[in-house]
Amino acid sequence: MTGEVGNNSFLRVEGITKRFGGFTALDKVSVDVVKGERFGLIGPNGSGKTTLINIISGVFRPEAGAIRFRGEDITHIAAHQRNRRGIARSFQIPRPFRSMTVLENLMVGQDFAAGDASLHSRDRAHAILQRMGLGAAANALAGRLSQVELRKMELARAMAAQPQLLVSDEAMAGLSSSEVDEVLDLLLGLSADGITIIMIEHIMHAVMRFSQRVMCLETGKIIALGEPKDVMANPRVQEAYLGA
Amino acid sequence: MRGNDVAFAFGAMLFVAAAALTTFLVGNEYPFFAGYVILQYIVLAVAWTILGGYAGYVNFGASAFFGVGVYTSVFLAKAFGAPLLVQIAVAAAVGGFLGFAVGLLTLRMKGIFFSIATIAVTIIIDTFIVNWKYVGGAAGIQVVRPPTMAPFESYVKMLFVVQAILVVIAVATARYIQNSRIGRGLQALRDDELAAECSGVPTLKLKLLACVISGALMAAAGAPSPMYLQYAIPVAAFDLNYSVSALAMSLIGGTSHWLGPVLGAVLLGVTQQWLTVNISSAANVLLLGVMLVVFVVAAPRGIIGLFVRKKSEKTP
Repeated sequence: MTGEVGNNSFLRVEGITKRFGGFTALDKVSVDVVKGERFGLIGPNGSGKTTLINIISGVFRPEAGAIRFRGEDITHIAAHQRNRRGIARSFQIPRPFRSMTVLENLMVGQDFAAGDASLHSRDRAHAILQRMGLGAAANALAGRLSQVELRKMELARAMAAQPQLLVSDEAMAGLSSSEVDEVLDLLLGLSADGITIIMIEHIMHAVMRFSQRVMCLETGKIIALGEPKDVMANPRVQEAYLGA
Repeated sequence: MRGNDVAFAFGAMLFVAAAALTTFLVGNEYPFFAGYVILQYIVLAVAWTILGGYAGYVNFGASAFFGVGVYTSVFLAKAFGAPLLVQIAVAAAVGGFLGFAVGLLTLRMKGIFFSIATIAVTIIIDTFIVNWKYVGGAAGIQVVRPPTMAPFESYVKMLFVVQAILVVIAVATARYIQNSRIGRGLQALRDDELAAECSGVPTLKLKLLACVISGALMAAAGAPSPMYLQYAIPVAAFDLNYSVSALAMSLIGGTSHWLGPVLGAVLLGVTQQWLTVNISSAANVLLLGVMLVVFVVAAPRGIIGLFVRKKSEKTP
């Protein structure tokens, strides 16, 4: 597990540029995420956060640049293969498999995950659900969950494939403050297990509490990267959020 | 699971044995002539469900695959005098290949665009056959049945048993898919393709697989048709009615379980045969339309949906 290729190249984003027509969503973005890190990604709406996540998880292909994961260039491989290599994500707007139960939602991730089949059992899915506080909802239809349950299920489903890198895209949006704390504790627990986590979030106190490093994007460019306190104190970040 | 498999295998054998036995017990040929059509619709509906139900890609091109099966047989019979089993096997292979090609070209489209593309495929292949003189062109072609094989006393009775075996193959395939991770992957991509892909489901591969299997079974269902009718004509072989029937039977029976299209095909097939004999062949098209409307309104999950315990009633 402890990188044959060195800890520093766990996830490497190299000069990623992504355009939608004439609009440049990401402009030569480069960053390294270290193994085991809790990495916060912030920025105003439309700054390119979700686009970056989509490129890391394989939903979009960049116009220029490369994504390396554990030393391997994964820029051009399909999303499902990245999932098998250990990159899992949740979605900003939950995307459950509505016709399935919560447990079955997790088993989709397990069915197609790489690795030992004995790990992909119903029991393990149950254990993940217990841990995420969804044990009681295991046999409920996913389409009927509440908002906070859907958020948790998104994370649980991502965990079912036993990822090494978890990308959480605004898992706390629209939740009450006690629910935010609940989800935050779950993420901190996963991090304690050694999973590297990239968290996109607008809720600042959550980002501050969670992240070891924070990166702020604005109009597709990195305007600050470093310790949470320093990034928050950065005048450009304050300007981006509050307006000049 | 294991016990279920044994029960299913036993049931399948019993079904084929019963079909074979009745051909010796019942002298009149008509019940087998009508029964063949119903069995053929079961294969079509079950095959349709694999792509249209499990994966949620609504295919209006069942008649394209059916017709390809018909004309594969016509060609093989005329060119090589190939026996029936070879006709069916090659038709299945051609249908599977066509499914792969159509899938590659159209599976990146979604919803109604995919469905329209499948209609276009039917028209293209139909036009091709209409202009292919060797297999009869627009005027159709007479097909001479080989002598009846022992132990069957008539060719139609033999075809009835052959189609019954195709039913078992189709149902066993659909059942296997439904209970395997392929089925769960298809269901996941039907619900949300992007989320499925990001959960590790190889969505394009699974959709292509569903296209190939569905296409192969539909073409196989059509392959014995020239021998059954002793005639083949594009207007009948590519009749849009096959597409509409396969879809209607699946939806009426319910697409969440392999038993759904079987029930739908039996219900509609039997009623259609009865109407054709007692009223007119046009009446069965009317019935199809009325039944579809009734079920979409009253039982959107089909017959099977009325029996399968609703998971949705359990709330967390």
